[in-house]
Amino acid sequence: MSLDRAAREKLVRALAASMIEHAEELTSLDQAIGDGDHGLNMKRGFEAVLATLPGLADKSLPEMLKSIGMTLVMKVGGASGPLVGTFFMELGKALPEAPARADLVAATDQAINAVKTRGRSEAGQKTLLDVLVPVQGVLAGGGDAGAIAAEAAQAADRTTPMLATRGRASFLGERSIGHMDPGSRSASLLISAAVAALEFEAIS
Amino acid sequence: MSNSSSGNVGIVIVSHSSKIAEGAADMVRQMVGNAVPLAWTGGDTDGGLGTNVAGILEAIEAAWSSAGVAILVDLGGAETNSEMAVEMLAEDRRARVVVCNAPVVEGAVIAATESSGGSSLAAVKRSAEEFYA
Repeated sequence: MSLDRAAREKLVRALAASMIEHAEELTSLDQAIGDGDHGLNMKRGFEAVLATLPGLADKSLPEMLKSIGMTLVMKVGGASGPLVGTFFMELGKALPEAPARADLVAATDQAINAVKTRGRSEAGQKTLLDVLVPVQGVLAGGGDAGAIAAEAAQAADRTTPMLATRGRASFLGERSIGHMDPGSRSASLLISAAVAALEFEAIS
Repeated sequence: MSNSSSGNVGIVIVSHSSKIAEGAADMVRQMVGNAVPLAWTGGDTDGGLGTNVAGILEAIEAAWSSAGVAILVDLGGAETNSEMAVEMLAEDRRARVVVCNAPVVEGAVIAATESSGGSSLAAVKRSAEEFYA
């Protein structure tokens, strides 16, 4: 997969649009079991990313991803800044300029491990890892764009009955059960936006 | 944000609320005067409730001491953002900054009191963490 400048810009705009368009939904999910700022935080972060265009898309794919990550770290303003930002930065560090699927599999694995370290968390605690980990499994297993997007959506849904043991929602104990994790929802939206923008089938 | 130069361990207060951060810093000042480098930060980059890495980096810089800096945080995001900020420091400084696992107000006052006696970074951290353990 080699992304030209137009494709890189398309990817950035798709990621940002998914967060900006769903800001209210994410905030309302976060109001149920968190501090109610997730939508606004992610919107602020991705608006800041958009503001770095067009120069952002002039960078190579790895440099662009690192830059997106750094902007999110600096601008999001909640724990999701360092968590999602770390994911992008580590992807940028691990990916070559024209990644094959095996490179994506290895890079996403590395990025997920960095998120685990940053959050001192594992899958099963009702966090974005509950989307990232199973989606990475589908990617590693050879799943196509449809399978990846479907798993992202289903994985976010599966956080609804989970008990939160990490993050602000964990303060609620059993009352966190029955609400979708906002961080899982935003991760799912970003993944769906990315595979759609990348015309992922082209990656072999 | 306020500062004072000395060889004592610096204290940084990070809260989601700038009012809490500032108020905790006032309480520290009342206890130790200007004997300890002190800085605070609170709020996201738009001024709402939250924490931000740039503000934390500035606070670490403002409270910098060759003896190191102890950071006191309130809730999860403050801790995660503080750890991120520490990681972004130059390598020679990184090892001299710690995030304390202690209540933000009480921990800041205790840490500053310990620091004002000339204690090491490790002792400052231990005091803050042990008081309520």
